[in-house]
Amino acid sequence: MISVTHYVALSFLLFAIGVTGVLIRRNLLTVLMSIELILNAANLNLIAFSRQLGDLNGQLFAVFVITLAAGEAAIGLAIIISLYRLKNSVNLDAVSELKG
Amino acid sequence: MTAPFFFWFFAAIVVFGAVGVVAMRQPVHSALFLLLSFFGIAALFVTLRAEFLAAVQILVYAGGIMVLFLFTIMLVNIRKTAGEPFLHRQAGGALLVAFLLLAVVGGTIVASSRTSGLADAGQPADPAKLSTTTITRTVTETVDGKVVKTPVTEQVAGNSQAVAWSLYRDYLLPFEVASVFLLVAMIGAVVLGKRTMERVD
Repeated sequence: MISVTHYVALSFLLFAIGVTGVLIRRNLLTVLMSIELILNAANLNLIAFSRQLGDLNGQLFAVFVITLAAGEAAIGLAIIISLYRLKNSVNLDAVSELKG
Repeated sequence: MTAPFFFWFFAAIVVFGAVGVVAMRQPVHSALFLLLSFFGIAALFVTLRAEFLAAVQILVYAGGIMVLFLFTIMLVNIRKTAGEPFLHRQAGGALLVAFLLLAVVGGTIVASSRTSGLADAGQPADPAKLSTTTITRTVTETVDGKVVKTPVTEQVAGNSQAVAWSLYRDYLLPFEVASVFLLVAMIGAVVLGKRTMERVD
C-alpha cells in the first residue's frame, strides 16, 4: 500500500539530490537544472497532499510553482548567457569580483 | 493510493534521472537526464490524480524549459571546459552537508511514520473530489416577453475543468499577477540576453 509518506519521502530525496547538485557543481547550467529538481520536489509534495486531503488547492499552487519555474529558467539562462559574454566561461568560480 | 508497482517504477526513474543530472560531466547529458526525471514526475502526477498538471508538466518543462536549456547549452561553448574539474572545490564539505540533511529530514520522516503513524495517515480522500466541482451560474431566459434570470447549480466533471474553475474563480488575482510576472520575466530575459556588456577584464 503506497501512502502519502512514500511520496513525501521521494519528494525529499529529490530535494536532497537537487541541493547536492547546487552545492557541488561548478557549471552554472547544471546548478540551474538542480534548482529545477528542487522546484519539482516541492510540486510533488503539494500534489501528494492534495491527493491525500482531496483538496484541489494543492494542484493550483503547483500551477503557480510551474509558472515561477518557467520565469526563473528564462531569467537564469539569460543571466548565464550575459555572463558568458562577459567572462567567456559558465564556471561559478569565474564570478569572483566580490572576493576579498 | 495507487498500485505499488507504478509508484516504485516511476520513483526509480525520477531518482535515476535526478542522480544523472548531478553526476554527469557534460551539461547536455545532464539536460537529457533532467528530461527523463520530468517525465517520471509527470507519470507520478497521474498516479496522484492530477492529470491536468501532468500534461502541464510535460508541455512546460519538457517542451519549454528543456528547449531553453538546450539552446543555452549550444550557445555557450562547453567543449572548452571539458578538461576542467566539474566538481566544486568545496564538494567534500557540500556532500557532507547534503548527507546530514538527508539523515536529519529523512530520519524525521521515517521516525514520524513509525511513531505517530503517518504511514496509516488514514485512507486518502475520495479521488472524485479532485475531478468534480460545483459551479453556480445564472441562466437567462425569456418567458412571455419577460427576462427571467435563475441561478443554476451544477456539477462539472474532469480534473482539467475542476482546476480551470478554481483557477479562474478562486485564484483570479494570483493568475493575473502570474501573467504580469511572466511578462516581466520575458522582457528581462530579452534585455539581459541582447545587450552586449563591457568586458570587465
